[in-house]
Amino acid sequence: MIAKILENLKLIWKVIRRPSVHYSLGFLTLGGFVAGIIFWGGFNTALELASTEEFCTSCHEMESNVYQELQSTIHFTNRSGVRATCSDCHVPHNWTDKIARKMQASKEIWGKVFGTINTREKFEGKRRELAEHEWARLKANDSLECRNCHNFDYMDFTRQSKRASAMHSTSLASGEKTCIDCHKGIAHQLPDMAGVEGF
Amino acid sequence: MKTRNVLSVFVLLSLSFSAMAETAPVPEDKVATLRLAPIDIEPTPPAMQKVINSDVKQVRNYPMQPPIIPHRIDGYQIDLKVNKCMQCHARNSTGHSQAPMVSVTHYMDRENNFLASLSPRRYYCTQCHVSQLDAKLLVENDFVDVKELMKNPAKTEH
Repeated sequence: MIAKILENLKLIWKVIRRPSVHYSLGFLTLGGFVAGIIFWGGFNTALELASTEEFCTSCHEMESNVYQELQSTIHFTNRSGVRATCSDCHVPHNWTDKIARKMQASKEIWGKVFGTINTREKFEGKRRELAEHEWARLKANDSLECRNCHNFDYMDFTRQSKRASAMHSTSLASGEKTCIDCHKGIAHQLPDMAGVEGF
Repeated sequence: MKTRNVLSVFVLLSLSFSAMAETAPVPEDKVATLRLAPIDIEPTPPAMQKVINSDVKQVRNYPMQPPIIPHRIDGYQIDLKVNKCMQCHARNSTGHSQAPMVSVTHYMDRENNFLASLSPRRYYCTQCHVSQLDAKLLVENDFVDVKELMKNPAKTEH
């Protein structure tokens, strides 16, 4: 069995390392270039499609729980019409981080297949655990997804309320706290917060 | 028992007849004062009022008035799972938040025993505490502060 596989591999290797007999070098390089564009472009397009609001809310788990909760918040509807949708907070913009997160998301397919949160009760039961994953992620990357839009350097404290500027100019400015430390539950309902620091 | 049933039916009937006699149509100018538009027209709702977000303590109008909230509370979650207000106003949060601590009565049960955390009967903040709108009064308010009343005892007609 193993010998047969090895033999096949050897055959493939032999074909690959031999110069082409029928196709010109130009055809192979240009063809490879075009094929590369198509495959790479297709891969990225698929990745982008899998990060749209339509895609996320095509699962009823997302549509009837977290998406409903998002809709009344300022990140969904506001005076200026800027919207942060699912991927803006939950998919990193940086390519390597994005791929890492997309690979983690394969666990979510497992969850979908086996219905780990396919009822409201099951979702509520898991809400704390799921929320804790996101808090840990945002804490570890210094609330990167918040800061993609809310840049600390561009904040005008004089335009903030007294409370807000007091907090932002001390704890946030010194780096002692990050956005998620205080702003938990801004886009979705909070789970039972017993034992969470600051509550 | 039977006579009682008959009696109650009789009373109900007479009540409903008297109610029917009294339901005269509401005059049209009265309707307008209630919803500011004829009944078959959906009026454009007035512009939303701004919530006062000054963070400045407001004077209480009478000693036992629940203090009003001088800031916005949009999206604050107060339910069985979490009380967002307590993130700043709980006893052990006031150090970093510098917000006023909820008064000690909120930690007492109805037998005046002190509890470690909020008493369930004082848990839902917005039952008593509300934020204020920066709005004009719709009707004149003739409330007189008790201090004023004590100053002129002769004019105590309110």
